[in-house]
Amino acid sequence: MSDFETVAASENQAARRGLSGEPGTPNQVGKPGKPRSLARDAWRDLRRKPIFWISLVLVLLVTAMAAVPGLFTSNDPADCVLSRQHAAPSGGAIFGYDFQGCDTYARAVYGARASLQVGALSALFTGLIALVVGMLAGFFGGWVDAVLSRVIDIVLGIPLLLAAIVLLKRVGSDSATVRIAAVIFVLAVLGWTTAARVVRSSVITAREQDYVAAARMLGAGNGRIMWRHILPNALAPAIVVLTIALGSFIAAEATLSFLGIGLREPTISWGIEINNGRVHMRESATPLVVPSTFLALTVLAFIMLGDAIRDAFDPKLR
Amino acid sequence: MSQHAVRPTPASPTPPGGHLLEVRDLHVEFRTGEGLAKVINGVSYHLDPGETLAVLGESGSGKSVTAQAVMGILDTPPAHISSGEIRYQGQDLLGLPEAQRRQIRGRDIAMIFQDALSALNPVFPVGWQIGETLRQRLGMSRADARRRSVELMDLVQIPAASERLGDYPHQFSGGMRQRVMIAMALAMEPKVLIADEPTTALDVTVQAQIMDLLADLRRDLDMAMILITHDLGVVADVADRIAVMYAGRIVEHADVRSLYRAPAHPYTKGLLDSIPRLDQRGGKLSTIRGLPPNLMRIPSGCPFHPRCPYVQQVCVDVVPHDLVLDDGRTSACHFAQEVRDDRVS
Amino acid sequence: MFRFIVRRLLQMVLAFFGTTLIVYALMFAGQGDPIQALAGERPVTAAQRAYLTEKYHLDATGVGGFFYRYFDYISNLLRGDLGESLTGRSIGDILAAAWPVTIRLALIAIAVAVVFGVTAGVLAGIRRASIFDNATLLLTLLVLGIPTIVLAPLAQYFLGVRWQLFPPTAGADPDFFALLLPGIVLGSLSLATALRLTRTSVAENLRADYVRTARSKGLPNRRVVSVHVLRNSLIPVITFLGVEVGNLMSGAIITEGVFNIPGVGFNLFRGIRTEDGPLVVGIVSVLVVVYLVSNLVVDILYAVLDPRIRYE
Repeated sequence: MSDFETVAASENQAARRGLSGEPGTPNQVGKPGKPRSLARDAWRDLRRKPIFWISLVLVLLVTAMAAVPGLFTSNDPADCVLSRQHAAPSGGAIFGYDFQGCDTYARAVYGARASLQVGALSALFTGLIALVVGMLAGFFGGWVDAVLSRVIDIVLGIPLLLAAIVLLKRVGSDSATVRIAAVIFVLAVLGWTTAARVVRSSVITAREQDYVAAARMLGAGNGRIMWRHILPNALAPAIVVLTIALGSFIAAEATLSFLGIGLREPTISWGIEINNGRVHMRESATPLVVPSTFLALTVLAFIMLGDAIRDAFDPKLR
Repeated sequence: MSQHAVRPTPASPTPPGGHLLEVRDLHVEFRTGEGLAKVINGVSYHLDPGETLAVLGESGSGKSVTAQAVMGILDTPPAHISSGEIRYQGQDLLGLPEAQRRQIRGRDIAMIFQDALSALNPVFPVGWQIGETLRQRLGMSRADARRRSVELMDLVQIPAASERLGDYPHQFSGGMRQRVMIAMALAMEPKVLIADEPTTALDVTVQAQIMDLLADLRRDLDMAMILITHDLGVVADVADRIAVMYAGRIVEHADVRSLYRAPAHPYTKGLLDSIPRLDQRGGKLSTIRGLPPNLMRIPSGCPFHPRCPYVQQVCVDVVPHDLVLDDGRTSACHFAQEVRDDRVS
Repeated sequence: MFRFIVRRLLQMVLAFFGTTLIVYALMFAGQGDPIQALAGERPVTAAQRAYLTEKYHLDATGVGGFFYRYFDYISNLLRGDLGESLTGRSIGDILAAAWPVTIRLALIAIAVAVVFGVTAGVLAGIRRASIFDNATLLLTLLVLGIPTIVLAPLAQYFLGVRWQLFPPTAGADPDFFALLLPGIVLGSLSLATALRLTRTSVAENLRADYVRTARSKGLPNRRVVSVHVLRNSLIPVITFLGVEVGNLMSGAIITEGVFNIPGVGFNLFRGIRTEDGPLVVGIVSVLVVVYLVSNLVVDILYAVLDPRIRYE
């Protein structure tokens, strides 16, 4: 809450300094001034960043893993034989077997699907809520903005983990689909606020642009202006925020599953695997380390990707 | 044109003791990610005791950067002083180590800034900020610094000074805030006061009050003043001489009267013509066409040529030197004499 | 200032009722069998059923019954009576034993964040775009990107079990050393955030106009940075740390669970695991109050630090 205000204040400051512009360098304050050249600059900047490429490759890799896990392992993750408990690597099981005698590597590979499903769908719903709320608040302003901003403040003030615990405790069902839907619902309901604020502020910026005034004078209605002129401006920053959010949603899903209130067996989730591995870490650490690494790399990849894109689009922040 | 001597130095004779402050052929560059911006390209000016020099120019002309170079508070990087001299009482400041340079700041040369709201620290009371200089630089006790701060606030005519010591900058009006800035700059009784657009952020009526205050203080405290502004209107009553800057150069340098009567550079002429006058009712207000140059790509020849109504081929090809006119003024225009005498078409 | 505090207090009271109402409604409303909801999938004995029915006035029905039960719950909460867990222990007693441990852990975490995060943040902010700056940025990104459920067990395994630098678990009455590793794990996230916040804030303030003014007074650079810049830069950092203390008091669920530290988060962790409904409701209710109070304290702190807010 406070850092948001700081950012806004610093933007004002930057704008002021830019206007008094003694150094005489061309003003680069007006963000939405030239979208095409900005995108080109951003791309040129991104291309040179190793972090961008590394995270992009990781994201593609984990996406492929979620879509076609058979490409990465030929073992069945549900093929668990207790006699193989903590057995050494053999065959396709390059990391050996866990406490239940399941292939550690295969389970980690198959864990990608639930994580990405939850992450992507949460981000999608979050994005929809954020776009609707942010557009309404930013475009109409006045009391609509006042009410919606208050709602954002309140939801932002709810401690995420506690609220998720309260909400998920109500889901009694053990059906995989129901639990996945419940986790997605909880994350979307609690997680849309940051994106909504971003959308709101970019809508406010876009609303003040001359071409919007021109469109209005030409008789375009609110709906058309919002759809044709404002939405495209709000989309790019929202996507960046949602990329980062996708990473944190994956982490949140794993955390909830780790606690036993998110997904449950027989669904394979990194959170559950980590918890199981943790319990038996003294006997064998690989069942802990392997899913931990998968989870950490996936979360990092999305966060770093979003971070790199945001930096490229917003040179002021550097 | 050939009858004029072509000399690269300004014309005023150097007094026996040397000038109080003298900037000689200063060059400053900004090294940014996008390239090299040549912000100051050979600026020379001087200041004698008790005198007021106005430095006039659009934003980006380099007037504030020159002043910051004199103060030694340029942000380096990106700024870089590539050559030149800044002499105070005969001593080249650029050659001094930072520790000695620092001693001169505030004590000999002080500066006030454009926007007092952002130039004052928002989280300290104004009394503390004025007193800080006294405590840190002069080693005054808290109580003494406090007493002196009240005196200084009285001096700049802030009403009920002793009650306002504990107030924060945002609690003052714009004009009062600027007075606080002035009080702070006067704390060590400097010999040179640099006022960087001191009235730009203020209402017109308050502007006049602050300018009057500055003029009075300059006289009463026997300081020399450099007044940086983009507003020709405010300098007429206060300044003795005017240096007009364009694209990091001084394009015209003259005493106030002759500059107003007959500008010798097309840029100055354009500036003067764009001031609304009461006696010019009904006529169209003229403006200078075009935009200030991009300092990373300064035009060839005379940097003003793309905007100049009198442009000739020579202006595109040859960089004009300072021409010294017969009345001792200088102008960096190939046709200075003609412009002054209004003989150009 | 006084009016500011009064206004914020009123807001907090409203938020308190709003939040507890939501928590309560989510926990109990519209359930087929509220007792079974509290107990989860465990079988409920007749004695437990009678106790819960009496405690939550489950015999009253409809909306009126809901609000009756809600105000009953609120008045119990305000009186400090949190009832009993399904295992028959007083939740108040459980919390009384758990708080000191959690507070000690939170203090270690905050100390880690302040000592390393703020210091490194100031240095990175002063030397922006230096190697140090880029290295810390990358490191903090790593820390922020690695979830606690990865960091805590891995730290426990490598530093505790494998290399035995720290005790791997804390146990019943943990001393400072036993809490050190969990404290560092817990604090690492706050450290990274504090570092980034400090860095941005310092870098921004270094470019502020008042810095130029301070330098033009002839103050040494050291003083300009340590007095003028820091005093401004630390406002958002201290505010963040204040919020974070509130979070850490309540939010150490994973860390306390993994390291077996008998604090508040551990009890919540266990309550969730054993599906002990009353324990979870009791702890969550108290944590909501802690959270609200810490937010209030932070807002007041913010106003104390920033005169522009104070005199609004």
